Amino acid sequence: MGRTLMKGNEALAEAAIRGGCTHFFGYPITPQNEIPEYLSRELPKHGGVYLQAESEVAAIHMVYGASAAGGRVLTSSSSPGIALMQEGLSVLAAAQLPCVVLNVQRAGPGIGGIQPSQADYHQMTRGGGNGDYRIPSLAPATIQESVEMMSEAFEIAERYRTPVFIVSDGMLGQMMEPVEFKKQKKEPSQPKTWALTGHQGKRKPVIIKTMSLVPEILEQNNQNLQRKYRDIEEKEPKFERFRTDGAEIILVAYGSTSRIVKDSIELLKRTGINAGLIRPATLWPFPQQPFNEISHPCRHVLCIEMNCGQMVDDVRLSVRERFPVSFYGRCGGVIPTPGEIADQVKKLLGER
Amino acid sequence: MLKLFTRTAGLKDRQTHYCPGCTHGIVHRLVAEALTDLDILGNTIGCASVGCSILSYNYFNVDMIESAHGRAPAVATGVKRVHPDRIVFTYQGDGDLASIGTAEIVHAAHRSENITVIFINNAIYGMTGGQMAPTTLVGQKTTTAPKGRDASHCGSPLRIAEMFAKIPGASYIARVSVHSAKHVRQAGKTIRTAFAYQQQGYGFSMVEVLSTCPTGWGLSPVEALDWLEDNMIPYYPLGVYKAVETIS
Repeated sequence: MGRTLMKGNEALAEAAIRGGCTHFFGYPITPQNEIPEYLSRELPKHGGVYLQAESEVAAIHMVYGASAAGGRVLTSSSSPGIALMQEGLSVLAAAQLPCVVLNVQRAGPGIGGIQPSQADYHQMTRGGGNGDYRIPSLAPATIQESVEMMSEAFEIAERYRTPVFIVSDGMLGQMMEPVEFKKQKKEPSQPKTWALTGHQGKRKPVIIKTMSLVPEILEQNNQNLQRKYRDIEEKEPKFERFRTDGAEIILVAYGSTSRIVKDSIELLKRTGINAGLIRPATLWPFPQQPFNEISHPCRHVLCIEMNCGQMVDDVRLSVRERFPVSFYGRCGGVIPTPGEIADQVKKLLGER
Repeated sequence: MLKLFTRTAGLKDRQTHYCPGCTHGIVHRLVAEALTDLDILGNTIGCASVGCSILSYNYFNVDMIESAHGRAPAVATGVKRVHPDRIVFTYQGDGDLASIGTAEIVHAAHRSENITVIFINNAIYGMTGGQMAPTTLVGQKTTTAPKGRDASHCGSPLRIAEMFAKIPGASYIARVSVHSAKHVRQAGKTIRTAFAYQQQGYGFSMVEVLSTCPTGWGLSPVEALDWLEDNMIPYYPLGVYKAVETIS
């Protein structure tokens, strides 16, 4: 199949259908509305079910029920809507049920605004719900990568039996780019023997639950989850490196911001400054390897985000004080320009 | 020897955790008998909810899923939309259904979600220790209404069956009680009818069951049955509030 010009949100929705999504539950919120609009029109044509929930809270618990029943389930929302889903996400993680959750981020806090933002980094990587759990967070930087990650997200969700986030933003969701859909796997790799189907008198009843009033048993459940998370941390980190060889400064950015940073790197090159980029493509697990491999002649690491400094915490933990780490960000829906990022770099290098 | 009364196949051979005199056990039995009589045990998926009945997944002999507080109708919706040919029910208390889960239950009825809801109204939060529920009667003392519920301060008790009879999507809405043998028999028939509605595809059905909480009410099991009859039934009249079709 050739390339098609598509809006980011619609491309994600199309990729979900091609990836075998059977059920979608969601609630309208800007700037992700093209996703439910597209799916309400197209998913039923492929035998799937689209249902608009009465709230994000209800939507995520519908996802929980449908996932427990064996569906390949998707929901999408934007920052404040994701905050409302945190109760259900904690339950999904604890019950070890697969699903994919799209977050087309907008600016906060509170109701905030509807312009692009990356202020949900903490919400996407630290777990906003109660208890010890993690959710793999895939962060595409292009629309092509968005559709590829959608397919991968269902795979990861089912392989590890976990919710998976795709972390987009209002810019990636609303812009148009050429995209190519590759053949995707529609069926789960493993049969869902754990799913609720009715026992038909042929097996013991399945019970899906997360409560345990015996501390030792609940501790064991937690340790089982943590073992799974260590496995994901080992196998699933993804990143891109761009012109890091010989760079005197390493910039770190993810998603749409990383594209602006690439332009800044071009601008800097023209003024004789070699800057490189590390782009985490998974926010959790956060890729450690490219940070371990930063070496001479790098003198400084600068983290750029569309927020007030969130991923920079993980960058500092990964750099482990081998290099000074600084932060530059714009927030509230303001998008940094390549020029202002380049100026920050010059200022930092000049200060030394 | 001829056994006249045995455990129903709808319940597992397991002792429940309910307090002495609590009527959850009776309602569990009635639901289990209905599923057995209709021969749908192997085809049923139940949604347990937060409250005393959360552990009902240990007792019903069907596939079960635990739901977060108030969310069982949303969970049931997800299950039913994957398995439209299975029988799906929620079993919810009054704190769960009539307080924290009002949005989920109203919209499940509004969509005419083809599920059956067993709603236990015992006018109190049992599991957390006897706090005021939306169904607590005016004047009834609870641990958070020590002087009795004052309607001018926190409103009057919600009448759920009456409210849901007004929702177009609801197909069968009834209120029953389990305080006497006669009422238990009637409740059993009503619960069976509610499942038959689902089986025949009529959409949302709900049975509100007036129940006792001797521990939460501070009464003996026998006193609790009398209290239910004398105080709850006058405010919560029994009967079928809506039936879109006459089916047996």
